[in-house]
Amino acid sequence: MASRPTAAELAEYEAQADAWFRENTPKDPGFMLPLTFMEVSTDQQFEFLCAWQRKVYEAGYLGASWPVEYGGGGLHPDFQRIATKVMKKYDGPIMLNAIGIGWAGPLIMDIGSEEEKKKYIKGMLNAEDIWCQGFSEPENGSDLGNAQLKAVRDGDEYVLNGSKIWTSLGDRAKYMILLARTSNDGPNKYAGLSFFLSPMHAPGIETRRIKKLTGEYGFVQCFFTDARISAECLMGNEGDGWQIAMKTLEYERGAKVNLAGGYFLKELDAMGVVELARQSQRGGKPLLDDPVMKDRMVDFMMDIQALNLNNQRRRMGPLVQDRPMGLALMNKLARTEMIRELTEFSIGFQGTRGGYYVDDPCAVDNGYWHRSYLNSFSATIGGGTSEIQRNIIAEHVLGLPKGR
Amino acid sequence: MAFSEGNLADHLGGLSYSEEQIELMDVATSFCRDKSPIDKVRKLIADERGYDPAVWQEIVDLGWLGIAVPEAQGGVGLSMAEVAPIAEQMGRRLLATPFATCTIAAQALLAAGDEAQCGEWLPRIVAGEVATLALTEPHGDWNLDHVEATAKASGDGYVLSGTKQFVTYAKDAALVIASVTVEGAVRLVLIERSAIPDGALRREIIIDETKRSYELTLDGITVPASALLDAGRSGTALGQIELASALLQAAEMCGGTQSAIDYTIEYLKTRKQFGKLIGEYQALKHPITNAYVGYEKARSHMLSAAHNFGQQGVGEIAVRMAKASADKAYSFAADRAVQFHGGFGFTHDCDAGLYRRSAIWHASQYGDAAWHRAKLADLLF
Ligand SMILES: Cc1cc2nc3c(=O)[nH]c(=O)nc-3n(C[C@H](O)[C@H](O)[C@H](O)COP(=O)(O)OP(=O)(O)OC[C@H]3O[C@@H](n4cnc5c(N)ncnc54)[C@H](O)[C@@H]3O)c2cc1C
Ligand SMILES: Cc1cc2nc3c(=O)[nH]c(=O)nc-3n(C[C@H](O)[C@H](O)[C@H](O)COP(=O)(O)OP(=O)(O)OC[C@H]3O[C@@H](n4cnc5c(N)ncnc54)[C@H](O)[C@@H]3O)c2cc1C
Repeated sequence: MASRPTAAELAEYEAQADAWFRENTPKDPGFMLPLTFMEVSTDQQFEFLCAWQRKVYEAGYLGASWPVEYGGGGLHPDFQRIATKVMKKYDGPIMLNAIGIGWAGPLIMDIGSEEEKKKYIKGMLNAEDIWCQGFSEPENGSDLGNAQLKAVRDGDEYVLNGSKIWTSLGDRAKYMILLARTSNDGPNKYAGLSFFLSPMHAPGIETRRIKKLTGEYGFVQCFFTDARISAECLMGNEGDGWQIAMKTLEYERGAKVNLAGGYFLKELDAMGVVELARQSQRGGKPLLDDPVMKDRMVDFMMDIQALNLNNQRRRMGPLVQDRPMGLALMNKLARTEMIRELTEFSIGFQGTRGGYYVDDPCAVDNGYWHRSYLNSFSATIGGGTSEIQRNIIAEHVLGLPKGR
Repeated sequence: MAFSEGNLADHLGGLSYSEEQIELMDVATSFCRDKSPIDKVRKLIADERGYDPAVWQEIVDLGWLGIAVPEAQGGVGLSMAEVAPIAEQMGRRLLATPFATCTIAAQALLAAGDEAQCGEWLPRIVAGEVATLALTEPHGDWNLDHVEATAKASGDGYVLSGTKQFVTYAKDAALVIASVTVEGAVRLVLIERSAIPDGALRREIIIDETKRSYELTLDGITVPASALLDAGRSGTALGQIELASALLQAAEMCGGTQSAIDYTIEYLKTRKQFGKLIGEYQALKHPITNAYVGYEKARSHMLSAAHNFGQQGVGEIAVRMAKASADKAYSFAADRAVQFHGGFGFTHDCDAGLYRRSAIWHASQYGDAAWHRAKLADLLF
């Protein structure tokens, strides 16, 4: 790894990044931009976000700390942290290729072979190769370990049969991180799973778009019918699949730091909720004059602040002595549930106008709050539901027995 | 105030810690665990004084009463930030002593005492003489400037009248700092134990049986003019007292919440019904997890309040958030602790009850969650 930079070097870098993002962060493109990588619905949105990610990468503010030989910037991670911070400051659009740079990339950097690093990393960073994740199946969602999509070795190839579902960006992706079953003979359901870095453009692989709760598109169902992929797509060995999948989930759930940089979800504008409440009226008075509304709002502000503080504290060893993994493992649950409740609350402010939805000319903030609320479920369900998160915390942090 | 989710922490204060804080946390963790096992807590419930003088002396010898007192007055010269982790461990082990009230009394003196008053009392407090506060009254108002007790000039001094409640550890106190009004203005006044007649103190029956508290009848007590704290600074002193108390309570409550959760988890891991450990049932597993999440949030707020204590604006917000979230977390965790112990939870022998009562006590003193949220609403919006 590159050596630790001096404060002066970091300050200079920050000034450069600041100037670049001030100059280059796109203004409102005139159409609705996705708030998360799971909401990319139209070609227009997709192309816009690809172009933005590529631009950021080419300017050196994405993958800055990954090695130069694979397409990164070769800098110390502190530089990337600064670049991401500045990106946030100018409130730029999200990085589209989340599953690539967010989970597959770190995984490949961590345990991938030299060939895999050479083959995949650069294309993720410049958004030429979009990635998707094929974990969930129609019959096996939360019970991921029971995944049944078959991968059968045949010479230099694997033959895939089965289906994956809720695959975000599945219709746009060139590659998939795929959890498939290579055996049913192991001592338990986990032992027969294997992990593939699979192409999406192969005969026998088809996708069908699924319309979401919000009315938009964003995820698909994938059908694998005698699809043949090279045996080189297998990551690690047969049977390593569960272990590797768990590693990727650590990146996905934010239990590990995002090393490539950028962000894949827009932060909720919490102060926007306060503004909304200020503008809203009840009985001719500002809604925020109502003590009940005010009280709930304070509760939300406390919650938001608690999560910010948790994120600072989880890196401070002496302040997490008793249960060192607790804060990291609760982050997803606590954040996503808070956002769901807060956005739901915000719809109530709008009185009769709470009846409008996105694109009606009279909708408050063009339906931003409704859309945010409906979309909030993507995070309380996707990546492991809140109920599953509670099981994980109970079992892995509190040491409670596993349910049978 | 304008903030977004991302920069809320910048406006509301972030988190950091000092080496001293961590050292004290480590020492307090083992000290409180060793000195206050639960059977000892229970034994002291039946004891009139309510705490072990030998343990109190050890606390004094450790220098903990002087942590937030300047060196010039015999203290250590650190701050309330370093006191908080000690209070947390005391709350965790239900180690009841006059520690908190002495610490707050010292802060009151620092806030509004003159050189002579501080010079006399701070070294004595640091050396283990008990000082306590007499602020609340029968009207039950959490607003500390709602004071009906009075001090009227009489000869060289003042004669007091009125009733004060929840004067903790008053029986052992060498000094009581009371709020009164003098010609309509709220003032703090120092009352020495020798000036308090025996019949003026009544031991109160309080919800938290591990603590001791008294009602103090002021009628007829006289003090010299030199016993009044600075007129100009009495108002700010009351504010300081409120925040310092809320901080230490938040810390104690976080400790208590942790124990209520740990205690319940132990039961969930050992008790079987229907052939299964009851911890397998999500009807118990998920709420206890929610309690734990609430605890960690409260603890982050508490540590932030400790770190930001005394900062203009930010400090008050952090402390009120800490007390409000500690109340919410402790109440929920202790409430579920009772329920999840089944029939045993309903007994006096079950420790869940100790935590439940402790949480109610803390909520009743210096404001509960809703009260602090109401204050926060004024500060934030
Ligand atoms: C917007 C979005 C994007 C997604 N993107 C992807 C993607 O890119 N790739 C991918 O592989 N998957 C993706 N998913 C799928 C997601 O991971 C699954 O939906 C999730 O794991 C839940 O599985 P399921 O839908 O089969 O629900 P089920 O597992 O059938 O759950 C139904 C309900 O039962 C509860 N439940 C299930 N088991 C338990 C248990 N043991 N204890 C308590 N409660 C339980 C659940 O919490 C839920 O409330 C996405 C989902 C969403 C919503
Ligand atoms: C005031 C009082 C008076 C009583 N009077 C009588 C009386 O006169 N006669 C008499 O026979 N009994 C009496 N009882 C006993 C009472 O019926 C039991 O306490 C009650 O049935 C619970 O059993 P338990 O105490 O063994 O708790 P447990 O069964 O051990 O329960 C412990 C916890 O686990 C939970 N739990 C247990 N099983 C499950 C499950 N399958 N799913 C989810 N959660 C579960 C419980 O809800 C509880 O929170 C009395 C109890 C009280 C508190």
